[in-house]
Amino acid sequence: MIPGSFNYHRPKSVQEAVGLLAKLGDDGRALAGGHSLIPLMKLRLATPANLIDLAGIAELKGAGADGNDIVIGAMTTQHEIIGSDLLAARIPLLREVALQIADPQVRYLGTLGGNVAGGDPANDMPAVMMCLNATYHIAGKSGERRVAARQFYQGTYVTALAAGDVLTAVRIPAPAAGHGYAYEKLKRKIGDFATAAAAVVLTMKAGKVETCSIGLTNVAATPLLAEEAAKILIGSALDAATVKRAVGAAEAITSPAEDARGPAQYRTKMAGVMLTRALARAKSLAKG
Amino acid sequence: MTKSQVAMKINGKSVEALVEPRTLLIYFLRDQLGITGPHIGCDTSHCGACTVDLDGKSVKSCTVFAVQANGGNIITIEGIANPDGTLHALQEGFRQMHGLQCGFCTPGMITRAYRLLQENKNPTEEEIRYGISGNLCRCTGYQNIVKAIQYAAAKLNGVPFQEAAE
Repeated sequence: MIPGSFNYHRPKSVQEAVGLLAKLGDDGRALAGGHSLIPLMKLRLATPANLIDLAGIAELKGAGADGNDIVIGAMTTQHEIIGSDLLAARIPLLREVALQIADPQVRYLGTLGGNVAGGDPANDMPAVMMCLNATYHIAGKSGERRVAARQFYQGTYVTALAAGDVLTAVRIPAPAAGHGYAYEKLKRKIGDFATAAAAVVLTMKAGKVETCSIGLTNVAATPLLAEEAAKILIGSALDAATVKRAVGAAEAITSPAEDARGPAQYRTKMAGVMLTRALARAKSLAKG
Repeated sequence: MTKSQVAMKINGKSVEALVEPRTLLIYFLRDQLGITGPHIGCDTSHCGACTVDLDGKSVKSCTVFAVQANGGNIITIEGIANPDGTLHALQEGFRQMHGLQCGFCTPGMITRAYRLLQENKNPTEEEIRYGISGNLCRCTGYQNIVKAIQYAAAKLNGVPFQEAAE
């Protein structure tokens, strides 16, 4: 499969990339690791006349701490996330998620920015970013702005990004020390997108849930934040009856597509099963 | 569309060429340069037959444009053997352990395993299986491929290869 023709650009700075994208309008598209975009181009579902490759922009690489926040450059690869000591120490959930994305080769090139910016509800990081209450840094024609992950996803492949925008970094408030976390993903085989998946971050105090946040992957047109379910769990000891009620609330907000991964009803139920497992594992990891 | 000038190192040799930006690395290697070791299997970044080493990363060359590899350092199966022409420990392992039948996946398997053993000199069986999870084999069922990689790891570490009891 051969993609359509395009002109290739390799800017050296974010400013240059934004300038190119602004000038090219709908004819230009940013290229990160390419592992979502190039398959779409091979199928001619994407036919950009110009590709602006972000790989030459050093400032988009790597992760660092900024106060209590961790800021991860958009071009940081899943492989780099897996290998990062900083992330392993502060937000271990990210490593767990990255290890469940695609396969080793794809993770060497696939980036965090590309994963979250495209608006594909099947990608794993978007729901995780909603769960972690991340903020996206976006550079555009009129300067930099920040959009919460929880406000970013509007529909399948539809996001808060406008033409000419480049998502440059992801800012995540590091969860409190001693927090519990888990990402449970049901998939048919290695490399597959989720049939359903659930991300959980929680803190416990005296055996009771103090804070809780839940994200769901690939069970609606956008990633989901299961707010009601989290609310039900706060203050509980994660007893079976309360978990069941919360899982019911989470299932109620899903509206999965019916595809080769199964009928909608099945995927809704699997989201519930993944959430139940994620809660149990997060609880076992939480201190307090 | 304007062609782009690219320069890269492939199996130790410097290569310069003009490519269309839409040319995928696998087609550049196979059709333009005649380096046919990397194979086109699924052409959808699933099977791993097209795996090459690019700047110390295993990549699926069906999902990378040649222009993205500009300035890069590439190793394909053609560049794996020892400089004196003898087989690399992985190649020897695949032969000794019958790590192939039809051989179609082998260049990708070996190229991927090459990087895996650079990153993890003494992987467990589980780590090997996870490490080659982006490479599909439709003949052997992986058992002997895993053994071949264990054989190579042992040889590279200078220890005798002990086949695990089944």
